[in-house]
Amino acid sequence: MSTPPSITDLRTRTHSGAVGIHDTVAGALDRMKQVKAGRDGLNIFVSLDEKHVRKHADACDGLLSHAEPTPLLGVPVAIKDNIATLHHPTTCGSRILEGYVSPYEATVVRRLRDAGAVPFGKTNMDEFAMGSSTEHSAYGPTRNPIAPDRVPGGSSGGSAAAVAAGIVPAALGSETGGSVRQPAAFCGVVGVKPTYGRVSRFGLVAFASSLDQVGVFGATVDDAARTMHAIAGRDPLDSTTADLPVPEYHRASERSLRGLVVGRAKEYFPDSLDSRIRARCDAAFEKLRENGAEVRDVSLPHTELAIPVYYIVAPAEASSNLARFDGVRYGLRVEGDGLRGMYEATRSQGFGAEVTRRIMIGTYVLSAGYYDAYYRKAQQVRTLITGDFARVFGSGVDVLFTPTTPTPAFPIGAISDPYEMYLSDIFTATANLAGVPAMSQPIGRVDGLPIGGQFIAPHFGEEMMFSFAYALERALGAEAHS
Amino acid sequence: MAVTIDDVRHVAALARLGLSDERAASLAQEMNTILGHMDALSAVDTSGVDAVAGVGAGGLPVRADKGPPIPLLRSLDAFAPEVRDGFLLVPRLSTHDTAEEA
Amino acid sequence: MTAPNAEALMRDWEMVVGLEVHVQLKTRTKAFCSCSTAYGAPPNTNVCPVCLALPGALPVLNAQAVVLATRAALALGCTVHPQSVFARKNYFYPDLPKGYQISQFDRPLATGGQVEIGRHANGSPICVGVTRVHMEEDAGKSVHDRYAGATAIDLNRAGVPLIEIVSEPDMRSAREAGAYLRVLKQILEYMRVSDVSMEEGSLRVDANVSARRRGETKLGTKTEVKNMNSFSGVERALEMEFVRQVGVLEQGGRIEQQTMLWDGAAGQVRPSRTKEGSHDYRYFPEPDLPPLLLEQEWIDRARDELPELPAARRARFASEYSLGEYDVEVLTADPELADYYESVARASNDAKASANWVMGEVQAQLKASGHEITTFRVRPHDLAELLNLVRDGVVSHTAAKQIFSHMVATGDTPAQIAEREGLVQVNDDSQLVGWLDEVVAEMPTEAERFRNGERKLSGVLVGAVMRKSRGRADPRRLNQLLAERFGT
Repeated sequence: MSTPPSITDLRTRTHSGAVGIHDTVAGALDRMKQVKAGRDGLNIFVSLDEKHVRKHADACDGLLSHAEPTPLLGVPVAIKDNIATLHHPTTCGSRILEGYVSPYEATVVRRLRDAGAVPFGKTNMDEFAMGSSTEHSAYGPTRNPIAPDRVPGGSSGGSAAAVAAGIVPAALGSETGGSVRQPAAFCGVVGVKPTYGRVSRFGLVAFASSLDQVGVFGATVDDAARTMHAIAGRDPLDSTTADLPVPEYHRASERSLRGLVVGRAKEYFPDSLDSRIRARCDAAFEKLRENGAEVRDVSLPHTELAIPVYYIVAPAEASSNLARFDGVRYGLRVEGDGLRGMYEATRSQGFGAEVTRRIMIGTYVLSAGYYDAYYRKAQQVRTLITGDFARVFGSGVDVLFTPTTPTPAFPIGAISDPYEMYLSDIFTATANLAGVPAMSQPIGRVDGLPIGGQFIAPHFGEEMMFSFAYALERALGAEAHS
Repeated sequence: MAVTIDDVRHVAALARLGLSDERAASLAQEMNTILGHMDALSAVDTSGVDAVAGVGAGGLPVRADKGPPIPLLRSLDAFAPEVRDGFLLVPRLSTHDTAEEA
Repeated sequence: MTAPNAEALMRDWEMVVGLEVHVQLKTRTKAFCSCSTAYGAPPNTNVCPVCLALPGALPVLNAQAVVLATRAALALGCTVHPQSVFARKNYFYPDLPKGYQISQFDRPLATGGQVEIGRHANGSPICVGVTRVHMEEDAGKSVHDRYAGATAIDLNRAGVPLIEIVSEPDMRSAREAGAYLRVLKQILEYMRVSDVSMEEGSLRVDANVSARRRGETKLGTKTEVKNMNSFSGVERALEMEFVRQVGVLEQGGRIEQQTMLWDGAAGQVRPSRTKEGSHDYRYFPEPDLPPLLLEQEWIDRARDELPELPAARRARFASEYSLGEYDVEVLTADPELADYYESVARASNDAKASANWVMGEVQAQLKASGHEITTFRVRPHDLAELLNLVRDGVVSHTAAKQIFSHMVATGDTPAQIAEREGLVQVNDDSQLVGWLDEVVAEMPTEAERFRNGERKLSGVLVGAVMRKSRGRADPRRLNQLLAERFGT
C-alpha cells in the first residue's frame, strides 16, 4: 500500500496553496477506485456522495485564508456510520436505519469541520457496533485491504480499512470493547480509544453508554494524535465529558522515555498466546528499553473476567439504548397486528441476528430475578478490574504494553460461534471497562498479516501514551510493517 | 440457571422482538452457552465491592434553564414514518391501555 | 338493593390508602433538553433531538428542576440526599420516545418526610408520612380519538420535569386522602414549584388502597387505582374501590393485586387489562448521567431560604393581624392572595378593613371576572390608598365601593377617581343642611313620624340624602344634624 500524504503535509501544502482541498479530495476518490473500495470490492463505505464531498471541498477552498492554518486543514476524514452527519445517512450498518439522515450533527463531526477537515463518507461497521469483524453489517462485510480474504476487524472495520487502503490519513471510529484498536491491529494502522469522558458522545449512536467512546484511526501516530486533539474536550451536550484541558498530543513526540516505566502484565501474555505475536511484543519491549524506559512485570489479576463482565454490561445497556428503534419516530416501520405487532415486526426485521442476540441477553440479565446475579455482579467485578489498573498505575507504572489481539486477522466467515468472536476483544475490553485510554499501533507482521501492540495509560494519560507510541513508531521504523 | 424457551419468549416480549419458534429455540441454546461463560463471575468474591454506578466521579454537570433547543435541521416529516397534522401516528391503542399492554 | 356505602362499612372495616402524586415542575425548559415547556403549542413543535430520542442524542439535566425538586422535598419535611442517582425505567409505549423513562430508583433525591393534614377530635395532629420524593421526566401525549384506527402522538410534553411524591399508607379514609392532597397542593403552591392543577395535568394522582378488618394490624392486599382527574374523583374512586374490596372480602374472596381504572362518568372502578407480572421495568443506573451530587451546604441554604410554609403563614396572620380562624383560612388559601392581602394590610395599616375588602369586594370581583389575583387590575397599594381615604373621611364607605368599581374598570388611582367622579365626601354643614331641607320637604310624612319618635326612620331620611348627594354626604355628620334639627 502506498502512503497517502500525512496530516502535517496536507495542512502545510494546503495552506501554502501548493495543493487545493479539491485536489486532495479528488485524490482520495481516485485512490478509492484504485483499491476497489466499492461495494463489489473492499466494501469500505456505506455511503459516500462524491458530488457532495467535492462540493464541500470546493467550498472549503473558497474559505482558505492566510491566517494560521487550522489543525486539520484540508484533511479528508472518513467517519464511522454510527456518528451523526448532516448530509450522509447515519445507518449504524443496520436495516432499521436504512436511509435515515440525521437532522443534527455529532459534536465530533462539527469539531472536525471547525478544525478544517473534510468529512469523507460514512464507513461500514458491524451493525450497531456489535461485532469484531465488520461481517455483521446489513450492507455486507468489509474486506481487509492488506488481505482481502480476511476481515478488517470490527466493529469500526470500514474506518480502519479506509486508512489502511491509503484513502484518508485519518478516520473516526467508535469503541465499546475494542472496536477501534482491534481493527487497527488487523489492518496495520494506528487506533486510539481515549479516556471515557475525553471525547463527546453527543451524536454517537449509543451501544453501551458507559463504555462507548469515539476513537480515531491514523496512518501514523501523528495523524492519530492530531485528529484526537481536534475532537477531544468537554462538551456541554454530553454530561459524561470531563472538564479538563486538552493537551496538544502531537507535542508528546518530543518527550524522551528515559526514566519512564512500561508495565508488562502477565495476564496479557498467557501461555496460549501465539508465539510469533509474543515475539513481536518482546521486540517492542526491547525497543522501549533501548529508548530508556524501564520494563516492569506487573499483574492485573481480574483481567480474565473482562469478557464475562463486558458481555453482560454491554448487552444490558444496549437492550435499553436500542429500545428507541420502534418504528414510531424514524427509521424502518413494518406494519403488523396493531401497535404491538408493528413493534415486533419492525424490530425483528430491522435488527440482524447478532443485535437480536445481544438485546435478548441484555434484557434477560436486567430482568426481575436475574439483575443481582448478572448485572450487579458484573458491575462489581468491573470495579475490581478498574481497581487493578489503579493499583498498577499507582505503583509508578506509566503505561502498560500488551498485544492488541490474541490473533491476526482471521478469514471472512471463519468464526461462527458468537462466544469465540467475543474472545477477540479479550485484551481490549479491559480498558473500556476501566475507562482508561488505550491505543494500538503496528508492530510488525506475521505471515504478511499486521500485528498490533497496545499501550494502556491511566485516566487522561493520553499524552504519556502518545509519547510511548511516537517513540516505538520511530524505533521500529519499517519493521512495524514487515 | 438454564434459559428455557419460556424465558426466551418472556424476554422477547419485553424487548418487543418477534421470534419464530425456530429462532426462539436456537436463541435459548445460544443464550445458555453465552451465559454459561458468564458463570465465571459467580465464583468471584464481591462482598463489599461497589457496583459501578455511572462512570465519572466528578458529579453531574447541569445546564441553565433556558433555550434555545438544539435545532432540527430537517423537519419531522423528513424522517418520521407517518405524520399527520404534526402528530406522529401509530396503530390505534384503546384509550386506557397501559404501557404493559402496548 | 342499594349499594352499601363506605361510611357504613367503616364500622367494621378500615381503609388503608397510600398515594403516589406526580407533579410537573414549573421550569421554562424541559428536564434534559432546552425545549420549551409551554403548554398548548402545536403538536411536536417543542421537540429537539434529545426529547425525540434521535439516535445519538444525550440528556443534560436542567439546574432549575433540581432547585424546585429540592425545595418541594424540603417543604415536605424530607431529607435531601447529597448523592442521588438517575435510573432508566424501561418499557415500550409510543409516547415514551427513548423506550425508557429517566427516573430515580434506589437512590432518590429525598426521603423521610411528613405532612400534617388536620387534627383529631382530641387535638392531636393527623400526619401522613412522605416515603420519598424523586425526580423524573414526563412522557408525551397519546390522543386516541382524533383519527380512526390510529393513535396520535404529541411529544411536546415529553421530557417535562416531574417529581413523584410517594406517601406512606397512612391515610384511613377517602376524606383523609382528600385532605392530604389539598395540603400537598397548598404546600407546593406556596413553594412556587408547580401549577399543581389536576385539570391541566400538572398534578396527577395514583392511589394504592386496601381494606382490613378493624383491629387487624397486617395490611391487606392492595390494588392501584388510576385515572382520577380531580380530588373529589380520588375520594369517590377510593370509596368505590373500598366498597368493592370489602364486598369481595365479606364473601370470603381474595383481593387480586391489580390496577383499577376510575371511570368518573359512570362513577365506577373497573380492572385494567394489565396482566399482573407484566411489570418488569429493568431499572438500572442511567449511564448517560453521573450521580447528582449536592453539597450539604447548598441543601442547608435551600432549607433556610424556603418560602414561608402555609402553616407558618396561617399562624403569623392570626397573631400579626389579629385575624379570626375563618379569615386566616380564606386569606391564606393560596399564596398569591395571601401576598395581596398582606401588601394591602401593611400599606393601609388596617388589617381588619383590609381583610374585609380582600375577602369581600376583591374576591367578588375576581369571581365575576375570572381573573387571577396576580393579574387583578387593582394593585394592593391602590386598594390601601382607598382604605386610607375612607379612614380619613375623604370618601364615604358607599362612595368607596363606587370608586373601587372604577378602579377595576380603569386602573386609575382612587384619589383621581374620587375627584373626577365627584365622590369626595361632603361634610360642609351648609351643604348637608340644604340637602336635608329638600328631603324633609319631599318626605313630610316620614319627617313627621321621625319627629314623633319613630327613630328607625332616620335610615330612610339619611338614605334619601345619600342618594341626593350621590353618596358624597358624610352619614355620621348627617345623623347628628338630623338629631339636632328634630331635637331627639
